[in-house]
Amino acid sequence: MLEISGLAKRYPNGHLALSGIELAVPPGEILGVVGGSGCGKSTLLRLVAGLEAPTEGFVAINGVRVDRPRPEIGFVFQEPRLMPWLTIDQNVSFGIRHLPKAERQSRVGEALARVGLADFAGHWPRELSGGMAQRVALARALVGRPQVLLLDEPFSALDALTRTDLQEHLLDLWAYDRPTMLLVTHDIEEALALSDRIAVMEPAPGRLRVTVHPPLPRPRDRVSLEFQEWKQHLLTELHHSLRASRQGDERFPAAAI
Amino acid sequence: MNEPAPLTEAVALRRARPNFGWGLGLVVPVGLAIGWELLVGAGLVNGRLLPPPSKVFVTLLHLAAKGELATHIWATLVRVALGFLFGVLSGTLIGALAGYSSWARRLLDPMLQALRAIPSIAWVPLFILWFGIFETSKVILIAVGVFFPIYLALSGAIRSVDRKLVEVGRIFRFSAGEMVWRILLPAILPSYVIALRAGLGLGWMFVVAAEFMGASEGLGFLLVDGQMTGQAQTVMASIVVFAILGKFTDWLLSAGTDRFLGWQDSFKPNL
Ligand SMILES: Nc1ncnc2c1ncn2[C@@H]1O[C@H](COP(=O)(O)OP(=O)(O)O)[C@@H](O)[C@H]1O
Ligand SMILES: [Mg+2]
Repeated sequence: MLEISGLAKRYPNGHLALSGIELAVPPGEILGVVGGSGCGKSTLLRLVAGLEAPTEGFVAINGVRVDRPRPEIGFVFQEPRLMPWLTIDQNVSFGIRHLPKAERQSRVGEALARVGLADFAGHWPRELSGGMAQRVALARALVGRPQVLLLDEPFSALDALTRTDLQEHLLDLWAYDRPTMLLVTHDIEEALALSDRIAVMEPAPGRLRVTVHPPLPRPRDRVSLEFQEWKQHLLTELHHSLRASRQGDERFPAAAI
Repeated sequence: MNEPAPLTEAVALRRARPNFGWGLGLVVPVGLAIGWELLVGAGLVNGRLLPPPSKVFVTLLHLAAKGELATHIWATLVRVALGFLFGVLSGTLIGALAGYSSWARRLLDPMLQALRAIPSIAWVPLFILWFGIFETSKVILIAVGVFFPIYLALSGAIRSVDRKLVEVGRIFRFSAGEMVWRILLPAILPSYVIALRAGLGLGWMFVVAAEFMGASEGLGFLLVDGQMTGQAQTVMASIVVFAILGKFTDWLLSAGTDRFLGWQDSFKPNL
């Protein structure tokens, strides 16, 4: 169980990036987090990951406070962030360096096979496409079998085709160990295609606006009428969230589209 | 993999193209040497001030036969090696400190930048006063020359390590030691190697200055000696040896470090 209570974050420069976040995420749930850019989505994930300390409130996993990065939490960044001086398999084994060599090798092999890159074990990161590199990042985050996987706009730098492909792939990966997932995205369709529940955030300071629970059957049919209706609904929510806090003309809700 | 045919052909063509390798680098100097030899032979150029390659070569053989060449080379090599060693050690230590701790950087960097602005040769009189004219002052002068490029590159490289990669280390709960060994070190290695090579080059430059300030052996001494006795061929001979040694030690350094840098995604022109 992932528990977020009264969470607020004020950066040292005085900027209040998050305030009053309450969330409880049951094990195995996929929670989408959508919101325009600057509304604190990354800040929220960094706090859950223990990369930043909260100003108020706390994050707890299975009743244990998160005050630093923990082994039961995995993170996938917007960019693959592979070490360019390590081969693909070495990059993946980064997360399980404490295991004995034999087990490490078998786990890395398994993780790479799951993301369909078994043949690239000995290659350098520079030899991979963006989509492949992000799949390696997924393998690296999952190889340690985290209970919670945090994803910060993991597919936003990819082209549309690769993105859809990786979204489906993420669900396959999730099915193995069924980790809790927090998927931050500004792509409403992505959130709807993957999430059990979707939290909509609003900016200045970052807050939760609503949490919705679309009763769409899985696998999600992106062209179905229901799906489109939900998409419309969330889009409207996002528009309102941005308008509510818009102070100047520059806060254009471009990120919602 | 079924690549489109034209691409495969292009790759094959590129492979088949003759690769002259390092031999290409010899074409211009050898051509110049031959031209020079011919000009002197034809009496168009004064051979006493501009001795032809053959005469320089004979001088070298002569020096080698007397055993003098080995003595001079050894003396110079030892100075460069010691100066390089101390320069690298101090540059690495202080560079790492200034890169890693912003406190140390604020404390040391302004002073070192000011010292760096002093032309290093200006230290010579002071070093002689402090350390005498023998080996100590020579080695220290060389070490000073080697120190700065290493200090600058290392402290800069550490500070520009990608924060995003460091964050990956934090997610995986790296200790400080692991962070240095697994992320900082590999990340700075390319700039460090370049700094080592620059430092070595300066070491060779400074050994000449050091040997100008009074030495009874060494290639720099040979230079001065050739000038004093009006033997341009001796000067040239020692310049040639400097060139060969400098190039060889640089090659040694880059060959020794290449295998750690194969991962780099850098511009590699073909041919
Ligand atoms: N390290 C930081 N210091 C100060 N302000 C920050 C820092 N990181 C983010 N912010 C600010 O906090 C707000 C939320 O940022 P972020 O969490 O990155 O938003 P999002 O991921 O939703 O785009 C933004 O206004 C941003 O400028
Ligand atoms: Mg963000």
